[in-house]
This record gives sequence, structure tokens and C-alpha cells, in this order.
Amino acid sequence: MGALTENAVWKILADINDPEIPVISIVELGVVRKVRINGHKALIEMTPTFSACPAYHAMQTSIEERLREIGAEQVEIRTVLTPPWSTDALSDETREKLRRSGLAVPDRHGGDAQRVLDAGAAVCPYCGSDRTRQTNPFGCTPCRSIAFCEDCRQPFEQLKPL
Amino acid sequence: MKFGLSEDRRQLIAGRLLEMADDELIVSHRNSEWTGHAPILEEDIAFANIAQDEMGHAVTWYNALSSLTGQDPDQLVFFRAPSEYRNIQLVELPKGDWAFSMLRQFLFDKWEATHLEALEQCSFQPAAEAACKIRHEEKYHLRHTRAWVRRLALGTEESKTRMQRALDLLWPYCPQLYERSPGFHLLVDESLMPNLPRLAPVWEESVRSELTEIGLRVPDYRSSLKLSRDMHTEYLPKLIEELQQVARLEPGVRW
Repeated sequence: MGALTENAVWKILADINDPEIPVISIVELGVVRKVRINGHKALIEMTPTFSACPAYHAMQTSIEERLREIGAEQVEIRTVLTPPWSTDALSDETREKLRRSGLAVPDRHGGDAQRVLDAGAAVCPYCGSDRTRQTNPFGCTPCRSIAFCEDCRQPFEQLKPL
Repeated sequence: MKFGLSEDRRQLIAGRLLEMADDELIVSHRNSEWTGHAPILEEDIAFANIAQDEMGHAVTWYNALSSLTGQDPDQLVFFRAPSEYRNIQLVELPKGDWAFSMLRQFLFDKWEATHLEALEQCSFQPAAEAACKIRHEEKYHLRHTRAWVRRLALGTEESKTRMQRALDLLWPYCPQLYERSPGFHLLVDESLMPNLPRLAPVWEESVRSELTEIGLRVPDYRSSLKLSRDMHTEYLPKLIEELQQVARLEPGVRW
């Protein structure tokens, strides 16, 4: 059993995948904000993607289980809402992982999500075409919408710009 | 003193958070009644998502309330009597036809856009932060319900008639959106919460111009009906019964 240090905890967190998008970790998703260790107590600050994210509780359960395995006797998970989660914060590397799994990511909007939203659907994750259109602004989870590529004739999902 | 609030202010803020949470919860439940029954599959997905978002917002407000008073959100939702709910009547009316549900959500979304923007500026930090978060998500709702309201109002004679009928039915209930509960003005005086009556004309003018533009007749009166939030329609008890049914079968059960 390793020591309960901030580094060790970040390492564990980077190994917990998003239950709904298992190609990236919860750290890459940007929902973990802060880790504090006090003796055998771990305090984690997290933020949800969308308020109603159904995976948020599953993530918390996984964090608690995994941190207990490395000796945390108490795990406190606190939700913080500022700054709100944004697709802008996803790194280029994370975007690439998502794209390769078939999930398109909208361009960074710099705080004006409406502009990116009005510009239409994201680039097709399969063929790279920008001849895409949104077919449903809502999808299988609160963070996704459904689009269609006119070039490769494939429906695909994308993250909603937030 | 939590958040540097006196006991009296804490109670008032808790009361307001409960109102906001209950509005979101009840509108969410009503919208969820369309799941499996929406006119087309795409819409089934979309409206179920909107319902789920509103449920997420309800949770956000119940949690904020809980951090002030220690009350358990599940207890509040599943073990309160209908008469203890503080939602407005607009959100508890039966779902009606598609035009009715779309227009109700549109009117509510328009209010949220106005209200959340003001709430973000208020000095009660937990509410201001949550308002900022929720406002970003709400853009998707307004965009969607606006599209439907336009589509139906500008569609066939039938769809237009239904949209107009929905508006005539819903309009008298709208003033309750910005009705203040007793003592609320004290929070406004200290900028802890936004001045609701001052937001009323902003909301109304914006709604009026959007709906008039697509040929709907917006009633020219503002209902003088004074409804306090402990007054409910005959429809609420049945909704609450359904909402609480499973939780009450086996109180305290863990999934």
C-alpha cells in the first residue's frame, strides 16, 4: 500500500476513466479541481460537466473506493461550481483521444459558446469534413448532441459547446 | 453564522432556494411525462434531456439549501406533503398537448434567462455561482423551445390555434414567476437576491416581442391574480403522489 500523498492521489485519479467516455480519464475530462491530503484524510474538489451528469455519482464512488485502497480512511468529495466546466478546457491531446473514439469536440469558443453553437456542428470525427449538420441538439447524455456528416454519410456524436 | 448571515437572513434565503428548487423539480417531472410519448423520437430524446437538466438544477438548489440548513434533499423531495411544496402553479399544470408543454417551458426558460443573469450578480455567493453554471446550460433549452414555439405558431392553422390556446391558458399564471414571498424584500435590500418585480418587465417585454413577432396574440393584461406559493392547484397532489410513490414504499432503502 502506497503512502497517501497528493501525487499518489493524482496518479490514481488519472487512472479512473470517465464511465461514459472511457477513452479519457476524469482528470483529462477536467472534473477534478483540487486534491488536499491531511493525514489519512483526502479532500477532493470536483465539478460536474453538466449539472445533471448521470456519471458524476459513479465517478465519486470510484474515487472513494480507489483512495481507500491506498490508505485513505476518510474521503470527502466537495462539489465546486466556479469556474463552470467548459469544453474549452479540454487539452488538444484529450480532444484527439475523443475524436479517435468517434466523439467530435467543438472548437474553443473563448466564453462565447453561442457563437460556436450557431456556427453549426463540429467537424466530422471520422473523415474530417466540415460539411456536417446537427440532427438533434440533445443526445444520449446531457453533454452530447447528435450530428450527421454529409460527406461520409455517418451520424456522429459531439460534445455540446459549454 | 454560516456564510456570514444572520439567522433571519439565512431562513429567508433558504426559503427562496426551496422555491427555486421546487420550481425546477416540478417542471422537470411534468416534462418527463413526455418520455416515450413525444411526437417523434428525436424529440423524445431532446425533451427527456431538458427534463433531466432541470432535475440537475433542482439538485443544485436543494444542495445549496442543504448547506445552509442541513436538511436532506431526499427528505425534502420524497417526504414532504404537497401543501409544503413551494413551486409556482405554472409548472404544476398538467402537461397538456405538445404546444402547451413547449410554450410553458419556453416561458420558464425566458424567465430563467432573466432571473439567472440577475442572480449571478447577487451577493449570496453560492447562489451566484450556481446561477452562472446553470445559465450556460439553459441556453440549450431556450434555443430548443424557441424553435418549437416558432415552428408551431408559424405552422398550420391547427398548430397555430393550439399555440394560441396554450398562451391564453398559461398567461394568467405567469406573474407568479416574479411574485415575492413575505420578507423577500429584506434580501433585495441587501443585494442578497435579485429584485424580482424589477425583472418582471424585462421578462414580459422580451416574451411579448418574441411571441408577437410570430403572430401570437399576447393578452394585453397582466394578471392581477395574487398567488402565494403555498397555494396549489388540484393537480399537484397527484403529481407528488407519483413522484414519491417508490421512495415511500420502503423509506430509507438503499439502491
